[in-house]
Amino acid sequence: MKMSKLFTRTHRTLSTLLVVVGVTLSTVVAQTEPPPPAANATISPAPTLEQRVAGLEAYLTNTDPAATLKTVKDKDGNPAIPPGLTTAAIGTPGPGANAWQMTSAALVLFMTLPGLFLFYGGLVRRKNVLSVIGQCYLIAGLVTILWWVCGYSFAFSHGSPFLGHLSFAFLKGVTSAPNTDYSYWVSHNVFSIYQLMFAIITPALIIGAIAERMKFSAILVFMTLWMFVVYFPLAHMVWGIDGFMNGVWNSHAGIKAMDFAGGTVVHMSSGWSALILCLLLGKRIGFGRENMAPHSLVFCAIGTGMLWVGWYGFNAGSALGADEIAANAFTTTTLATAVASFVWPMTEYVLRGKPSILGFCSGAVAGLVVITPACGFVNSTGAVIIGVFAALIPFFFIVKVKNFFGYDDALDTFGVHAVGGTLGALLTGFLADPTVNGNIAKGTNAASANGLADLVANGTAWLEQLKAIGLTLTLAVVGTFVIGSLVKLTIGLRAAPELEAGGLDVNEHGEEGYILEA
Amino acid sequence: MKKIEAIIKPFKLEDVKEALALLGIEGMTVSEVRGFGRQKGHTEIYRVSEYTVDFLPKIKIEIVVADSLSERACEAVVQAAKTGKIGDRKVFISPVEQAIRIRTEETDEAAI
Repeated sequence: MKMSKLFTRTHRTLSTLLVVVGVTLSTVVAQTEPPPPAANATISPAPTLEQRVAGLEAYLTNTDPAATLKTVKDKDGNPAIPPGLTTAAIGTPGPGANAWQMTSAALVLFMTLPGLFLFYGGLVRRKNVLSVIGQCYLIAGLVTILWWVCGYSFAFSHGSPFLGHLSFAFLKGVTSAPNTDYSYWVSHNVFSIYQLMFAIITPALIIGAIAERMKFSAILVFMTLWMFVVYFPLAHMVWGIDGFMNGVWNSHAGIKAMDFAGGTVVHMSSGWSALILCLLLGKRIGFGRENMAPHSLVFCAIGTGMLWVGWYGFNAGSALGADEIAANAFTTTTLATAVASFVWPMTEYVLRGKPSILGFCSGAVAGLVVITPACGFVNSTGAVIIGVFAALIPFFFIVKVKNFFGYDDALDTFGVHAVGGTLGALLTGFLADPTVNGNIAKGTNAASANGLADLVANGTAWLEQLKAIGLTLTLAVVGTFVIGSLVKLTIGLRAAPELEAGGLDVNEHGEEGYILEA
Repeated sequence: MKKIEAIIKPFKLEDVKEALALLGIEGMTVSEVRGFGRQKGHTEIYRVSEYTVDFLPKIKIEIVVADSLSERACEAVVQAAKTGKIGDRKVFISPVEQAIRIRTEETDEAAI
C-alpha cells in the first residue's frame, strides 16, 4: 500500500516536472504515461494540464493550489472539488516554504535561548544571573509540554471566536501535510512548532519585571495558569482562523484588527501582565537605595544582537512563506530597528551628554517591538516613522513616567514591551498600506468581506486597532491580577528576604554563575 | 629605615617603578586598592537608575628604604606619579623599627 502510494507520488512529481520543461514535450509525456488502472470500479477524474500548472503557480504566489480544481458546487452552493480529483500539489508541503518556516522557528527560539536570557541576565546583579537563565529554560520546557497537550489546540483549532476546541490536543492530526486554514504550503506540524516559539518567548518576557525576587515555585505555577488564562485565548482571538480579532483572515471578525507578528498577543500581553505582576510582587529589597547596576552590559549587548537576528524569523517568518509579504516584513523590520537603535542613544547624547550602550540596546529592542504588529502591513517610509516613535516614546516613558510612579519593573518589560506593543498596534492602524499586502486590499479576501479593507483604504483602521488594544489590555491586566493574587494568597510570590539578599542563584538553584577563583 | 606608602593613579605605576629603579630600588609590594579623597567618585546611569561610584580604583605601592635614600625615593615617586590633576593621591612616610629577610635571616638594612 505504502509502496504504491510512493510510486504514484513519485510518478506524478516526475511527470509534473516534465510538463514544466516545455509545452511541446507534454504530448510525449502523455504518450509515455501508462493507461489508468482499469481494475478500479470508479475511475478518479484526472486533472487537466491547466489545473496542474495552476497548482505549481500557486506555490510561487503562496496561494491555494486547489483553487482551479473547484469546478463544481457543493450542497451550499460553494465552490468544491469533484470527488477524487487531485494533483501532486494538494496535501504536499512546499520544500522552500517549509525550509523558511523551520529556519524561522529556530530563529525565534534563538531569541529566547540564549538571546533573551543574555539580554535580561546581563541586566541583573551577579548573584541572580543563573535564576534568569533558569526561568527562561523552565518556560521553554513547560510551555512546550502545555502546547503539546492542549495549548496548540486552544490557540489554533476551530472553536469559538475566543478559544479553540480540543481537536488538535496532543497534536492529534497535526502532520506534515499543510493545514490550509493557515498556510497552503507549510507543514501543519512545522506551523505548530513555529507558533510554539512565540508561546515560549511571551511569558519569558514577563521575567524582566519580576527578576531578582520572585521565587521559582511561584513562577512555575503563575506561568502555567497565565498561558491558559491569557495567552491561548489571546492567540486564538488574534491569529485563530475564526478568531474574534483576526481582521485579516476571518470574514466574521468582531474586531477587525491587524497584528502581523504579535504586537498584541506577545508584547502587549506580556508587558501589561508584567506591570500588574511587579505591582503585586513589590519592590526589590533596597530598591532606590542600593546599587543595582547591571552586572554585565556585555551580555546584554550580545543578547540584543541575538534578539535582532532572531526577530527576522519572528517578523518575516510570520508571512508563513518566503513570499513578497515576507520580503516587505524583512525590510521594514530592519529599517525600524536600526532607526530606533540610533535615535534612543542620540536622545541621551543630546539630553545627558553621553550615548549609553544600554541606550543602543534598548532602542534596538524597542524598534523591534513596535514594528512587530506593523511589519507586514507598512511600507519602508512607515517603518522609518515607526523607528523614530519607537525610540522616543518608550525612552520618555521610562525616564519620566516610571520614576513618577516608582514601581520596580526591574528590567523595563512594561516600559519597552507594553508601551512599545501598544504604540505599535496603534501605529499599524495609521500606517497600513494595502499596496504592500494584498490581504488588506480590496478584492476577494476576508478583509474585504468583513470591511477591514475599506477601513484601511479610508484611514480609520486605527479605531479597530484601539478596540483590539482595549480588549488585550483588559484580558492581560484582569487575568494577571486574578492569577497573581491567587498565587500570592496560596504559595506566596516572593523568595524569603534573606534568600533574596543572598541571591537567587545560590539559594534557589544551589549554584553560582561565576566562580572566578576556580 | 623608612617605609614609603604611595597611593597613585593606576596608569602611573610603570613610571613610578622606573623612577625607583633608577635609584636602585628594585623591590616593592603593589596592591590594587579602592578609595576616595577630594576627587570623589563618578555617576553611572542605567536607563533611569543613577548610581554614584564613590570608591575609585587606585594602586598602592609599599617600599622600605634606608634613611639616606628615603627623601630621594619620595621625590622620585611624587615626580613620576604627578599629573597635576585632581586624583593624583598621596605619599606617606613612616619609620620602620626592624626588617628581617626570611630566607637568610639577615636583619635591617641588609635585609631590604
